Amino acid sequence: MTVLEVKDVHVEVEGKEVLRGVSLKVASGEIHALMGPNGSGKSTLAYAIAGKPGYEVKSGDILLDGESILELEPDERALKGIFLGFQEPPPLPGIRLLSLVNAVLNKKVGKSITSHGDPAVYKRVVDALQRVGLTPAYASRELNVGFSGGEKKRVEVAQALVVEPEVVIMDEPDSGLDADGVRRVAEILGELRKQGKALLVITHYARLFRYVIPDQVTVLWDGRVAVRGGSELAAQIENEGYKNILPPEA
Amino acid sequence: MSRVDLEREGILPAKMADEILGWAKPAPTEVEIRGRISRSLVEEISKIKREPDWMRRLRLRALELFEKLPTPRWVVGVEEIDLDELSYYVKPEVSGVAQSWDELPKEIREYYEKLGIPELEAKILAGLNVQFDSETVYHKTKEYLQKKGVIMLPMEEAVRRYPDLVKKYFARIFPASDHKFAALHVALWSGGAFVYVPPGVKIYEPIEAFFLIGKELEAQFEHSLIVADEGSYIHFIEGCSAPMYKSYSFHDGMVELYAHRNATIKFTTIQNWSRNVINFNNKRGIAEEGARIDWIEGSIGSKVTYVYPSTVLKGEGSSSTSVVIQLAKGQYIKDTGSKMIHLAPNTRSRIVNKSISVDGGVNIYRGLIRIPRGARNARSHVECQSLILDDRSYAYTYPHNQIEEPTAQVTHEAVTGRLGEEQMFYLMQRGLAEDEAVSMLVMGFLDEIMTELPFEYANVLRRVIEIEFSKLGGVG
Repeated sequence: MTVLEVKDVHVEVEGKEVLRGVSLKVASGEIHALMGPNGSGKSTLAYAIAGKPGYEVKSGDILLDGESILELEPDERALKGIFLGFQEPPPLPGIRLLSLVNAVLNKKVGKSITSHGDPAVYKRVVDALQRVGLTPAYASRELNVGFSGGEKKRVEVAQALVVEPEVVIMDEPDSGLDADGVRRVAEILGELRKQGKALLVITHYARLFRYVIPDQVTVLWDGRVAVRGGSELAAQIENEGYKNILPPEA
Repeated sequence: MSRVDLEREGILPAKMADEILGWAKPAPTEVEIRGRISRSLVEEISKIKREPDWMRRLRLRALELFEKLPTPRWVVGVEEIDLDELSYYVKPEVSGVAQSWDELPKEIREYYEKLGIPELEAKILAGLNVQFDSETVYHKTKEYLQKKGVIMLPMEEAVRRYPDLVKKYFARIFPASDHKFAALHVALWSGGAFVYVPPGVKIYEPIEAFFLIGKELEAQFEHSLIVADEGSYIHFIEGCSAPMYKSYSFHDGMVELYAHRNATIKFTTIQNWSRNVINFNNKRGIAEEGARIDWIEGSIGSKVTYVYPSTVLKGEGSSSTSVVIQLAKGQYIKDTGSKMIHLAPNTRSRIVNKSISVDGGVNIYRGLIRIPRGARNARSHVECQSLILDDRSYAYTYPHNQIEEPTAQVTHEAVTGRLGEEQMFYLMQRGLAEDEAVSMLVMGFLDEIMTELPFEYANVLRRVIEIEFSKLGGVG
């Protein structure tokens, strides 16, 4: 049983307070939807959890299974099982998905990152690619180099399938995807939940939740939690947008 | 060629030379010639080698040029070399050129064993020439080479046995008059290998020459000459290494390639001198009609390196590529640059230079594309990418184009970059430590040219970089 708990965090980026006291909790077997308009602080929270340099937690705490992770480096957090699917993953020239996955899996078992991987890894990568609707060729393409927005998202989701983290944070996994892509990604998120992962899914639009019902929905506005509720909140946002949820100036 | 992972099998050690070989150990020496460079010094070397008179005269003419030519001003760090304190000829005490490793004295053999050379020979090479100090100490070729009429000999033996063949090319592709150190080389050359590939013969297993400088204040002047006759193919690899010394040693080698009509010569260098070697390597090839010359260089070690692989595209439709990877880690300098001289129509060239500067390292690229009038539709593409990993390290790019032909097409791309913060965070978010993320990004930077290196050497280079970067700690 894994629990990620964000407790009243205040986060500064370049001296500006972006999160002003956010709390939320997500446990194994749950999908927690983090919603809100652009600029409300969703990605900032994801980066703060992952430990991105420059995202300074001024007060509050982030706990994984009851222990603070704030002092840990990003790689230490990752090795504790936190995976972030990036909203805009950077191009990595010369680095192929298969070599990255090999490096990560080697690292997890304490081997040198360039050690020869288990041949079964290739099959797992190819299976994951097929699940997200990509051909096996993506295993050996340079990561995110010349990828469309949708291809980038699919590859992020495929990585979450292969590296088997405990906590999966997906930052807008649906943007740039066509209807089929959205459905596939939603189904995979549902499956990860079934496997007992704790999922924090960030999205602006609720269309993803047509295919997978979130257990909890938190809506951020201006760095604070505006509303919290169940899946009905996602349905309301899909039908009406944020207008009846957020204050009128939003 | 069998695709064996030599590094994984522990055959090729993937480390900087200093770490593989440690400090220099004394090895038995039969003859050592040092002192002021003079006519009598040159004559003495020639006499020891029992050379024909034409070679002796060639040396003496080069000596005159050496005395006349100014010290090149374009090289950095050359002032460190004190030409009066070096040994110019060091003959190890061996009983002739060995054909089996057991015949070599233990002190010498151990160096090559540590470098994995005998195993490499057994696994992938068609022939091997091994030089210690100034002389070839081991030379062996597979039988099929002789059957196909390939001549591969220690350079001195080729001079004696095939004078007419050698005379046509020796110091004619790269004349002694080019610069002071070329003249010095021709005056004092010793060791190296000669290869002649007859028309139509294609040898796909590589041939290697390996050079080692056994002690400090020594100068090594090996000469490699490769002649590929019409329609033939040869892949020649040169490797070099040295143990650590308190002072320095000087390498002033020369490589001459001649690719006749429709022949291909692939020339790969894996340079892993210890950080006490000042390395000057004079490399030039001539490509006749439809011929191809490919230079590949992995420049890892040395204190200072000056190397400028050059191809003269003499025949119509000839082509050449030069791919150089250079690592300057620590207070070391790599001064390199490829040169392509297009003298005929429809000639093609491509230069790729990738440098990594870190821990105060300096990389310099000085390239030349020359296309005189008449080389119609000549095309050249130059790509220089420099990766600088911290504020103490530098990369300079000085491309030089001399284009007189209006139909020529020359393109140049130069990119100097640092590691991206987003990329670093992305890799660390996946679980890689900072140094691992750096080495992965560096490997990614080199990825496209790794495929041009022989498989076994690419793996070794990968490991060297992984190990070197794991020692970096925080890269700022």
